[in-house]
Formats: sequence, C-alpha cells, structure tokens
Amino acid sequence: MDIFLQQVINGLTLGSVYAIVALGYTMVYGIIQLINFAHGEVVMIGAMVAFTVITVLAGGGMPPLVVVLIGTACAVPVCVLVGYSMERLAYRPLRRAPRLAPLITAIGVSIILQHLAMLVWSRNVLAFPQIIRTEIYELAGAAITNVQIAILAICMLMMLGLALLVYRTRLGTAMRATAQNPQVAGLMGVDINRVIAATFVIGAALGAVAGVMVGTYYGVAQYTMGSLLGLKAFSAAVLGGIGNIPGAMVGGLLLGVVEALGAGYIGDFTDLCKVAGVSDWLTERCAADPHFILFGSNYQDVFAFVVLILVLVLRPSGLLGERVGERA
Amino acid sequence: MKNTNLALTLIAFATAAALAGCGKEEAKPVAKAPEAKKEAPPAPTPSLEIKLGHVAPLTGQIAHLGKDNENGAQLAIDEANGAQIKIGGKTAKFVLLKEDDQADAKQGTTVAQKLVDAKVVGVVGHLNSGTSIPASPIYNQAGIPVISGSATNPKLTEQGFKQQFRVVARDDQQGPAIASYLAGEKNPKLVAVIDDATAYGEGIANEVEKTLKAAKIKVLPREKGTDKTTDWKAVLTKLKGRNPDAIFYGGMDATGGPLVKQGRELGIKAVFSFGDGACTDKMTELAGQAAEGMLCSQAGIPPQAASKRFLDSYKKKFNVDPILYAPFTYDAANLIIEAMKQANSADPAKYLPVLQKISFAGSTGKIEFDDKGDRKNAEITIFTMKGGKIDPIAVVKGGKTSSYAEFLKSMGGG
Repeated sequence: MDIFLQQVINGLTLGSVYAIVALGYTMVYGIIQLINFAHGEVVMIGAMVAFTVITVLAGGGMPPLVVVLIGTACAVPVCVLVGYSMERLAYRPLRRAPRLAPLITAIGVSIILQHLAMLVWSRNVLAFPQIIRTEIYELAGAAITNVQIAILAICMLMMLGLALLVYRTRLGTAMRATAQNPQVAGLMGVDINRVIAATFVIGAALGAVAGVMVGTYYGVAQYTMGSLLGLKAFSAAVLGGIGNIPGAMVGGLLLGVVEALGAGYIGDFTDLCKVAGVSDWLTERCAADPHFILFGSNYQDVFAFVVLILVLVLRPSGLLGERVGERA
Repeated sequence: MKNTNLALTLIAFATAAALAGCGKEEAKPVAKAPEAKKEAPPAPTPSLEIKLGHVAPLTGQIAHLGKDNENGAQLAIDEANGAQIKIGGKTAKFVLLKEDDQADAKQGTTVAQKLVDAKVVGVVGHLNSGTSIPASPIYNQAGIPVISGSATNPKLTEQGFKQQFRVVARDDQQGPAIASYLAGEKNPKLVAVIDDATAYGEGIANEVEKTLKAAKIKVLPREKGTDKTTDWKAVLTKLKGRNPDAIFYGGMDATGGPLVKQGRELGIKAVFSFGDGACTDKMTELAGQAAEGMLCSQAGIPPQAASKRFLDSYKKKFNVDPILYAPFTYDAANLIIEAMKQANSADPAKYLPVLQKISFAGSTGKIEFDDKGDRKNAEITIFTMKGGKIDPIAVVKGGKTSSYAEFLKSMGGG
C-alpha cells in the first residue's frame, strides 16, 4: 500500500507541474484557438534564467529560500517578456490567417527559442545548485519531501489564483468574453489585443514558475527540457478538454498520476511469467529467467501519449470540455 | 660528455617548445618540431629521424586532457632522445608531430590523413573513442601502428585492424569489474540494475548483470529510462518495494545524479553504483549529499597511481601533475620506441610483429596485448564519492580486487 501511495504522491507532484504548464496551452487555445507549441520553451527559459540567478547568488550567504525566490522573481519577467513578444511579433500578424499558418509559426518559434537558449546556456546539462536542504517526511509509509510539498502547495495556490482572476475580475470577464466571440466582445468595447496579450503574459508567468519548480525539484536543466514537458502538458490540456481551465488542472494531475502508476506497475502487469502455464515455450523461458517482461518502465513517457490518443478517439472534447465541438 | 650536452640541449628545446605551445595553443605546435631538428648539433653517429604522431583535442572543452596526453607522449620521446637509442646502427632521433582533432570525428580523420602524408611511422592517440574509431581505417590502410592511451570503446579494436592497440581497459571490462567489486565487498543478496537504453548504458548494465548472476546474486528485472530521464521516482518507488541491497545504473551523470538524489529522497538505503559515465565529481553537483558513498568505476588507473619514476619526471618537466591519461600515452609512446629498439628498425612492417608480442613494464604496470590489440588484464579502478570528490578505493585487475593502497604499493610507492 505504501508503494501505491508513494506512486500517487510522485504522480501528483509531477501532475501539478503538468497542470500549471497545461494552463498556458489551454488559456491561449481558449481565446485564439492557437496551440502555442512554444510554451514548453517558455518553461525551459524560466528554468534557465532561474539557474543563472541561483548559481550567481548561491555562494552569497543569503538564505536558500530567498535565493530561489529571487531566481523566480527574475525568471517571471523574462518569460513574460518572451511570451509577450512572441504574441506581438509572431502570432498577432497571423491572427486572420488560415489556422495552419500560426500553428507552423508556433513550431518555428519553439525551435528558435530552443536554439537561442542553446547559444546562451550551452548544450550541457546544467546542475542546479543544491541549496535547498531536502527534508523527508513520512506519510502513511510513503516519503514526501519539503520540495514536493512546496510544489504541490504553490501549484494549488496558482490554480486558485488563476480561477479567481478568470471568474472574479474584469480582465477575466473580458478574457471569457473574447473566448466566446472575439468580434462581439470587441464591439462591446473589450480591447481584444490587450486581452490576448494578457493571456500570453499570464501563461508565460505560470510557465516560468513551473520551470523554476522543475529545475529545483530534479536539480537539472538543459535547453531541450521544454519539448517533452511541453508535449506532456499539451496532452494534459487535451485530456482535460483544451480551452477549459479547470480541465487543464484536472488533466494535468490525472496525467501525472497515470504516468507514475503506469511506469510503476506496467512491468508487473506485462510479466508474461505470471501466465507461464499457457504455453510450453513460455514455461521453459520462465524457468530459466523468472521474469519475461513485455513492457518495462522505459515506457513511462509513452503513457501521456497513449492517453492523448485514447482521449482523441473516445472523447475528442476531453474530460471537461464540451464547448470544443461548437467552436471547431 | 658531448652526449649529455646534446641531450640537455634537446630537452631544453623541447621544454621551450612545449611551453610555447602552452601559451599559444592556436599556433600549430607542429611547426616547432622541424626547428628543433635544425638547431640540434650534429650527432657523432649518422642519425635517423623517426617521426611519430600524437593526436588529441588541444582546443575545446577537454583541451586540458589533450595537453595532458600530449605531455605524456612528449616525455617518452624526450627521454628516448636523451638515451641516444641506436636503431639499425644509427642514432634514433624521435620527433613528435602533435595534432589537434578538436574531439571531432571529421577533424580526427583529417589529421589522421595529415599524419599519414607526413610519413609518421607510429601514432599515439587519439584521445576520444569518437575520433579514434573513424580515424582507424586511415592508419590501417597506411599500415601505421596506433596505440591509444584513453579510447575505451570496445569497437576500436573489434574492427580486425592488426596495427590498432590500446593500453587502457575497454568499457566492457568495466561492467564485470564493478560487479565483482560489488559482489565481493558489499555482499548484496538482491541487486537492481537500471540502464538508460543507450548502447553504452545497456552494454555496461548487461555485463554487470551477467557477472552478478554468475556470482549467484539475485538480480531484479531490468528497469529502464532514457538518456534524458530526469524523473526516476516511479522506477525507484517500484524498486523500493523490492528492497534491493544495491542498485547499479548504466548511464551518464546527467541522469545518474537525479537518480541517486531521488532514490535517497524516497528513503532507499541501497548502495548506488555506476560506470564511468557517472563517475565524475559532477554527481555531487547534481545530487548533493545524496551522492556520498556511491561507487563507480573508471577504465585505467588514476594518474597518481602511476610509477613514481614517471610522476617525478613528469612533474619536473612540465611543472604540473598529470591529470588523467598521461601515464598511458607515456607508455604508448614508450611501447612504440621499445618495439623499434627490439626490432632494430623503425619500419612499421618490421616492428609491428614485435609490438604485438611485446611484454613491457610501463608506468602503469606490465603491458601485453591480446590478439585484438587490447591490453591483457587491464586495470579498472573503483571509486567512491567522499567529501564531494570521487576517491579511488580499489583496483580490479584480471578479476582480482586489491585495495587502492595495496595497488600503490605494488606499483612501487606513489
């Protein structure tokens, strides 16, 4: 049981990061129906900026928490700037173009950002300074660290904050209005360009925080780290129903847990020696080596995409997204 | 008297050349070698110029290792010139052509061709497996014996090239070494083996598993990640449930660091062990305290374990301590010289058969080659992480483990 609980805790930590990144995808999609494939790169840049700041300040004698906070405080404005400029320079000129054009542009922006980061921070795997002392707590037989607790708490707070912003403020109302119908919202006096830019900026800020969390949690950063993370977060957004903000949160958490449990148990479930009796060949094979595992834990990264495909086949609008159909 | 003068002049000049090379690495050190020839006073007996090549990256990220290798070879050459060796009745005058392959496969083949065109009769190098392998067919076609002091990829000597040698252990000798150390010293009952699904990681993990199973130690079904995996929690949590006594990971430090860090976070008490890919001080940067006490292996022996005579003359000549593979390139150059001496010829066709059968006491111990050109009973050193630095604790040679202190004693001090 403690192993199962441990996997769930692992999954929730990972999933809450996915959720925060997925929000960046889903918010932009909800408003301009653009899948911003460069969002994963924004997360990476957040991690990289924080890496540089934390490395510089690490030896300075400041309390570790302050150093990490300063790192985050530097990463957020940089990512906000990146998010704003990519909307302004790459996507706004294409707003009325066929939908394929901004999509290709997004992929282009992603490649550009990745390679810029490679030029600035080199190809090497960068080691995040280990300044935060990891404390381990026992929870019903499972281990949970202070970093994991912090990640879970920060993600929940950010999701709560975003929900308040979207449902309780004028900007949020404008965003929802723009999402429903940009033309009508514009006629009603909503500054569409400002709202869209704000959406990118909020998404990028969330992404920056996610980047810092991933960096400090795993202790490594590399210029390629954004692509897989971005793809998984995108899958999470689709799983929850792309364009739907609570959907991204649920999708992210669910995907994290599915991945952790999947990687943890797939080896046991696909161990053909459990059913060794079905053929003589198998019995012999299992006598020589007690395990004959079809899919091992290296299939961990596959789960996100299997889930993505299943959702697209069985419930294209996602778990919580029912509005996608009418918009497409 | 005159002979000592000549030797002194040569050594002084070579040192000057080496120093000049240090200051300005872009200036081709090769250009300096012919000058040395001009300046030398006429030898008493007719002299025979013998050109040898050395290749290593002298620019880029591992330029310092390249220079270290080059110094090792240079020291051997200078000593040989000082000793006034007679080959075929003439006094041999060895000249080392030093080339920079930038640790780049393409550049590696270019400089190999350059050395062949310059009519070298033997080559020490290259430093990297990634440059040695593509360059090897070029030397093979020209029939030039090549001895690498640091390329550990098995493929180098698996191509059937009769003139290709190495004096350092192969990667696939590391797996058995670390596994037998683990089995002998830590007595685990159950071991988990993880790899990163690369040719290197899977290869070394397979060797470890084979050796452990041969020692009647239970091994859990293989777990796998990728060479980009940073989240090992799912795999490690699963392993925690099986409670292994030791965990071996075949992969690099970039993924191994997070692995050991997350393992300790989950409260796994097992001994973590790694191959040379994760046998670096970077593990501490990546994993912090969690890396303490881990075990890992490296091909060869640490430079400070080389013979005292080598260490002293290296220090005296270059005023620094050898960094990594200098004792091996020193031995490689000496092997070529020794084979020429025994064959009484600098013709590759004549001294190659001698080299294949040579038994030579080098600065890294006794050197003999097997049929493939690999060193027989090559040493693997086992390290542990202590105070944030990897620290040698044992040397495995021909399946036998001796503690590092014992090994140093057998090498005569250190």
